[in-house]
Amino acid sequence: MKNKIKPLAFSGKWDLDPAPESTDHISIKDQYGLFINGKFKNPSSGNYFPSINPATEEKLSMIAEANDKDVNDAVSAARKAYNGAWSKMTAKERGKYIYRIARLIQEKSRELAVVESLDGGKPIRESRDVDVPITAAHFFYYAGWTDKLKYAFPNRNPESVGVAGQVIPWNFPLMMAAWKIAPALATGNTVVLKPAETTSLTAIKLAEIIQEADLPAGVVNIITGAGATGAGIVNHPDIDKIAFTGSTGVGKIIMKAIAGTNKKSTMELGGKAANIIFEDAPLDQAVEGVINGIYFNQGHVCCAGSRLFVQESVYELVLRKLKDRIQSLILGNPLDKNTDIGAINSKEQLATINKYLKIGQKEGAEMFQLDCSIPKKGFWCAPTLFTNVSQSHVIAKEEIFGPVLAIQTFRTIDEVITKANNTPFGLSAGVWTDKGSKIFNLTSQMRAGVVWANTYNKFDPTSPFGGYKESGHGREGGLHGLTPYLNF
Amino acid sequence: MQTFVSPKVDKVGIEDRVNRITKRSIKKKAKLEGLKMALNMVDLTTLEGMDTTNKVTQMCYKAQHLHDEFPNLPTVAAVCVYPNFVKIAVDALNGSGIKVASVATAFPSGHSSLDVKITDTKMAVDYGAHEVDMVISRGKFHMGDYNYVYDEIAAIKEACGKSVRLKVILETGELGNLDNVRLASDIAIAAGADFIKTSTGKIKPAATLPVTLVMLEAIKDHYYKTGEMIGMKPAGGISNAKLALHYLIMVKETLGVKWLDNHWFRFGASSLANDLLMQIMKQSTGAYQSANYFSKD
Repeated sequence: MKNKIKPLAFSGKWDLDPAPESTDHISIKDQYGLFINGKFKNPSSGNYFPSINPATEEKLSMIAEANDKDVNDAVSAARKAYNGAWSKMTAKERGKYIYRIARLIQEKSRELAVVESLDGGKPIRESRDVDVPITAAHFFYYAGWTDKLKYAFPNRNPESVGVAGQVIPWNFPLMMAAWKIAPALATGNTVVLKPAETTSLTAIKLAEIIQEADLPAGVVNIITGAGATGAGIVNHPDIDKIAFTGSTGVGKIIMKAIAGTNKKSTMELGGKAANIIFEDAPLDQAVEGVINGIYFNQGHVCCAGSRLFVQESVYELVLRKLKDRIQSLILGNPLDKNTDIGAINSKEQLATINKYLKIGQKEGAEMFQLDCSIPKKGFWCAPTLFTNVSQSHVIAKEEIFGPVLAIQTFRTIDEVITKANNTPFGLSAGVWTDKGSKIFNLTSQMRAGVVWANTYNKFDPTSPFGGYKESGHGREGGLHGLTPYLNF
Repeated sequence: MQTFVSPKVDKVGIEDRVNRITKRSIKKKAKLEGLKMALNMVDLTTLEGMDTTNKVTQMCYKAQHLHDEFPNLPTVAAVCVYPNFVKIAVDALNGSGIKVASVATAFPSGHSSLDVKITDTKMAVDYGAHEVDMVISRGKFHMGDYNYVYDEIAAIKEACGKSVRLKVILETGELGNLDNVRLASDIAIAAGADFIKTSTGKIKPAATLPVTLVMLEAIKDHYYKTGEMIGMKPAGGISNAKLALHYLIMVKETLGVKWLDNHWFRFGASSLANDLLMQIMKQSTGAYQSANYFSKD
């Protein structure tokens, strides 16, 4: 395969004109308060911090910073709502509220998608076709469980836990809020949720929807802020359950903080997923899966397929296909309907990614990137792959959380299973082969919470999601996603 | 005896990719450019039992005068007719630069002897066809006699000679699944096809985006191995401009911009041209015109 045939050319003729989604149908206020006890309130400190558009570095809004007093107010409101309205309500009635939230999300889907892309930098194609529909689907799915819990867990007498403290990341701001709030409400709990400080806006929009859905005051409280606010929630004594999605580092701190308390926990943490291509795989579809696996949402995905293992006999061909496919990707304005690769979520994250790009090159790995112009303002990283990588390379060991793929080769199935499991993480994996028995052999030995076969990054509310090892514990989604919010 | 082994195709993956391709948004200048490019790739086709000399001459006139009210329009790439009309088309199109393509080899079923098929092909070539659109023997393909299919294509290619380009119609609507589409594509390319083509237009489904993607991937793999470019022609069922633009996006993102040329990509269609013309006028004037302003030949 190593021949002198010229790579295919994907630009220079019929380049597409900009096709931006309009923003005139959305509203973003100059300033947002904290959603506590059914109302938006000013933060007791009076402090606000800016939320910016990572594609332009322009300020979108000022967001309230919640301190310990605000956290306490939110937890008190949640406790009162739990003891009062919510735990007394019949399951059927509770379900109606959750269905209402789901329908309102669908009605406002266009606005939510645009705000999500403005605030987080992800391509509108993704926020429109993935984030927002899955968000609504999650509420619909869990609304259906509310009055069926006794059938879901026969003879086990499921009961709600109480007040759930939930801290979510910046990569799927709205979707993560749904993953946390929907099962908590369905099982009869009340909620204090904190979005990540760089992406508060859609969580605030969700608070507005919850207000419009007329949920009893205090059932859902959404408070904004940085790490200190999150720590306030985690350490609050009147919280019964912590649900966290974020980095393994912060997950460990939280686990230490709640050790010795009665707090239940679910942790959905980092990953360094193996995506494995066998020689008998449908290679073009596998390459497409690799692209979706690592460059979806700029690689800001905990289950991203960041380690690619290719069987040596097809390595050159797969690499050639991958490089050509990368060159056909479009990087730019997240609001453009044709954008494949949007902006990196924050300046800090871009610095982290760039640090790893340097490390990779210094380690002797060979770097290849999409040949494209990078906008002058904002935070950007061209989709990148590294070859000449081994398990010992830092870029193959640590989670980069960016559009960076590390490629290795293997010879046998046993070898690749060993290498794929040779990581402290265990969130997800992918396997590409035409042979069914190979899939079953591999998936049964893979230490990962989700293993996709001949596809990647497919999400559905009916399917449980969560990690092995340092990728966390507990499951979200599906029937399994109910148990962390129940006592038996 | 050759053994033919082709890479496997995953239908779900193909459909996912197609779905993503259809989400490209083509606006303004790129839209007009795309529409004109598509128009320039049309093989204006009449393949009916009731075809007559006059019908063919009328269509050839249309091919040269797509919409005279609009200056600087490209012409279509070719007209496509049965072998007995080739001479009429060649005479009618003389000097226009528009190619004449002829179906051959017992089109559309392909059920005949190799001798008859060669004679059929030679007739088209002798009358002056620039391109021959042959059908493969689907019966033999389903019987697993891939060598027969291969040999037949090679024999027709030889009958075409050096200067006549051969399009090989796989009739994908009769092949049953995408793995077979890929295998038939590989056989056709190996046997000397200059173009691979989806359909006769007589069987439904005719051209589809998933089938075309599989065939483009076969062309890509052949290019990777040899550096040789093969043309692609989806035919049948592509009747509107929007769908044609989806096809062009697929070509662009699968094989790259070098294939965005009627030497390498064609649409086999009859009603597509007028929809393209209507859209071109809409892009230029901002308003849709009545279909009655566009001639139907």
